[in-house]
Amino acid sequence: MNRLKLIEEWIFKIISFIAAYSVVLILLYLLIVVFKKGISALSWEIVFSMPEGGYYFGGGGGILNAIVGSFYLSIGATVLAVIIGLPAALFINVQLIRLKRTQNTIRFFLDALWGIPSIVYGAFGFAAMLFLGLNASLLAGIITVALLITPILVRAFDEVLKTIPVELQEASFSLGSTRTETALKVLFKQGFAGFITALLLAFGRGIGDAASVLFTAGFTDNIPVTFDEPVATLPLSIFFQLSSPIEEVRQRAYAAAIVLTVIILIISVSARLLSKRYSKNSIK
Amino acid sequence: MLVNIWMRGGLYILLAIPVLIGVGLYWKAAPLLQHQSLISLLFSSKWFPMKGEFGFLPFIFSSVYVTILAFILSAPLCLFAAIYLTQFGKQRLLNFMLPVIDILAGIPSVVYGVWGVLVIVPLVADKVAPLFGTTSSGYSLLAGGIVLAVMCIPYMLNMLIEVFHTIPVGMKEASLSLGATHWEMVKHVIIRKGFPGIISAFGLGIAKAFGETIAVLMVVGNTMNITLSPLKSGYPLPALIANNYGEMMSIPDYDSALMFAALLLFVVILIINLFFRYFIHKTEKI
Repeated sequence: MNRLKLIEEWIFKIISFIAAYSVVLILLYLLIVVFKKGISALSWEIVFSMPEGGYYFGGGGGILNAIVGSFYLSIGATVLAVIIGLPAALFINVQLIRLKRTQNTIRFFLDALWGIPSIVYGAFGFAAMLFLGLNASLLAGIITVALLITPILVRAFDEVLKTIPVELQEASFSLGSTRTETALKVLFKQGFAGFITALLLAFGRGIGDAASVLFTAGFTDNIPVTFDEPVATLPLSIFFQLSSPIEEVRQRAYAAAIVLTVIILIISVSARLLSKRYSKNSIK
Repeated sequence: MLVNIWMRGGLYILLAIPVLIGVGLYWKAAPLLQHQSLISLLFSSKWFPMKGEFGFLPFIFSSVYVTILAFILSAPLCLFAAIYLTQFGKQRLLNFMLPVIDILAGIPSVVYGVWGVLVIVPLVADKVAPLFGTTSSGYSLLAGGIVLAVMCIPYMLNMLIEVFHTIPVGMKEASLSLGATHWEMVKHVIIRKGFPGIISAFGLGIAKAFGETIAVLMVVGNTMNITLSPLKSGYPLPALIANNYGEMMSIPDYDSALMFAALLLFVVILIINLFFRYFIHKTEKI
């Protein structure tokens, strides 16, 4: 009996050991494949030059339009998300501090919103775009991506604000400050590290998302100058180039995939470092 | 005062987003719903946009198929990996893995798609299909399922680790002190106590897989098929929407049909999400 028990223990320990390490290996393998395949096609020309004529049939040039376009779109969307999301997150944690039920209900809805796939946002963005009489453009793309990333920004920021002790707010109230002052000067300051993390998280999500901008941002070989011009994005550029029958163009898609992965890695690593650095100053 | 209005306004806009999406998509899908009953839309497999016949069954079937496949492939793996990382493995390994999982969860789906095209599609075409004595182009439901499974791993693993962390150490210690082996402790305490959380993590993983677009679109082949063979290609709902956005204006009712597909995804995924999030919120409070 006892021996059977130990054998079972041994078998399941091995199974879970294999599971844990195969997960690590699969994900490592993914990164290695993407990097190995694209590194030969990666060059300064691809990263820093605009596509020339016949680029999608193997002509010269690069994907600078998509890189810059992605940054434009994502920065715009993040700014919009901050304008809507930052006050909303503060509101949940200051004005509703006594209404635990309402707070939880709102969090519950935002969590559910987080799970809505980006293609739905894309389709809705497209419908809204037609309704408002816009064309596929930088502006329409920004609005759609902002809808997608605002719940993420709010929930991530809120997660940090939630941990700030209530006493800190009470101290601020007792000194005679209003709720708004408390929100901006105490809560925002204390949660600044969390805000940076949330910001970068949302930004990273915005830059990597393809399905939501498929209908709304259009695609172009130029860098947009005004808000009503279409804009190219990196994920779509990878997607389009990969579906080309020409081997050379596909090679560039692999190179572009490296660029996108590196951008995302930089964003997530710097989010971690920044949040560590800023959180040193806040009261625990 | 102004700031206060702004703060309140931000929250209201945020809470209005799901309502707006629901209403907006329904408004665009309404013309189709007038021409065809909901039952025939969902359960007919006649897809002739030119004749105005839209049966979504093949697309729904493909979506469900790849999602189930992804779930079967990833769920046990994630469960055991989470058990190992939180219960058996060293703390150092977990400390190293948590940020790695987080970062991997942020990798864009198009990169997973590139990986699928490079690795999984040739694997299915050259290794798996000959194994069963058939041929396949590799762009198949199986490839879609595998890529989705890999995408879901960081997402589900993250949630499972969180679930296992909420189980009080005292409970584990009580079980061990009564002479249970580590595995018995996992089986009778961790899994049982974490059961609602595990189910929720799986549910949310399924919802994510169901709505994933670009990565699946790149490897699944995109031809209509109702087949049980995972080596044939399929055409999931999100891929249908993404592939036809260009031409939908030229055929009457076609844009309605695609908006209906988006509405369907929205409703199904929102319901799954609300249900399992409610589960989580309930268990978090206890």
